[in-house]
Amino acid sequence: MSPDSAPAAQEPDISTAHAPPPGLLALFLAFARMSLAGFGGVLVFARHAIVDQHRWMTADEFNETFALCHFLPGPNIVNLSMVFGSRLRGIAGGVAAFTGLLLPPTLIMTVLAIIYARFGDVDVLRRSLAGISCAAVGLLITVVFRMMTPLLKRMDVVVLVLMLGVFTAIGVLRWPLQAVLLVAIPLSVAVTYLMRRKVAA
Amino acid sequence: MSSQNPIWALISTFSLMSLFAVGGAAAAVPEMHRIAVDVHHWMTDKQFADAYAIAQLSPGPNVLIVTLIGYAVAGIPGALAATLAMCLPTALLAYYVSRLLNRPSQSRWPALIQAALVPLSIGLMAASALILAQSTDRSIAALLLTATVAVIAFVSRVNPLWLLLAGGLLGFAGIV
Repeated sequence: MSPDSAPAAQEPDISTAHAPPPGLLALFLAFARMSLAGFGGVLVFARHAIVDQHRWMTADEFNETFALCHFLPGPNIVNLSMVFGSRLRGIAGGVAAFTGLLLPPTLIMTVLAIIYARFGDVDVLRRSLAGISCAAVGLLITVVFRMMTPLLKRMDVVVLVLMLGVFTAIGVLRWPLQAVLLVAIPLSVAVTYLMRRKVAA
Repeated sequence: MSSQNPIWALISTFSLMSLFAVGGAAAAVPEMHRIAVDVHHWMTDKQFADAYAIAQLSPGPNVLIVTLIGYAVAGIPGALAATLAMCLPTALLAYYVSRLLNRPSQSRWPALIQAALVPLSIGLMAASALILAQSTDRSIAALLLTATVAVIAFVSRVNPLWLLLAGGLLGFAGIV
């Protein structure tokens, strides 16, 4: 991405300097570490490790990679580990990053599942978990409002109606996700396409 | 569940679900709830809310709530099967698409589709919040706790982990 790295090497230019591609074990360990640090979401830690700490990607390359993973289905950060690892070291690198991201927390989660199955009915644990659930829902509401703010500012009626429609269909009417999305995705793409053409014209 | 192998039910359910999970793990929560609680009766409403709380409190990607659902259905093999089914197919899809579009910025379709998905994924996440609130906020105190956490997290940059632990302490003390 930066063919003119020879002159830039003289200056401590953080944004374009690339470190050499890491080995498979280094990839595995780096993703395991960011995964275990990532309470309530891994993205912040992933960006810090990949861009700032190891300099395996520039900030722009990271954004581009994340945008791709965001528009594809599935858990974004898991997709990112596979795409990122494979861009550096081929499919083996992808598998190393994917395993590093998922293996340690899956083991922790399995241990927690065993504890819950055995002690989940203990009253003290029940009450504590109930309190944590309430707080977790509060955090989710915050994320929803943070993401909604730019849409509310633009007051784009069609977009708000689409959002409200999905919320009602899934949250209130409890319709199946696949059926709702099979209608909503083509509709939203068509509306976005038409609106952009109108703006361009 | 008795008529078919529960592991296969987990694999087919979550691999299909992941392909429709636009907007990440939080957007898939309503569908997980519908399948695990309403369709298959793998868990009760309360167990699902507990699983969500545990997944939020633990390190790692939040999608790992599927590990807990898998364990509830079929023990450790179920936990591993559910996790891989939810994560591997879309990761491989991402790998092939990223090779296909080496430079995604050249076409305007990725940007357009991404913009079109934004309101849908926000709507899905709002639905998650509603469904989870209906199963956890059964008292005025619980509702107040949820609202307070939402406000604090919105106006400040405090680490979410502290808010979760504060909720746990209030629950431990028997206040909510």
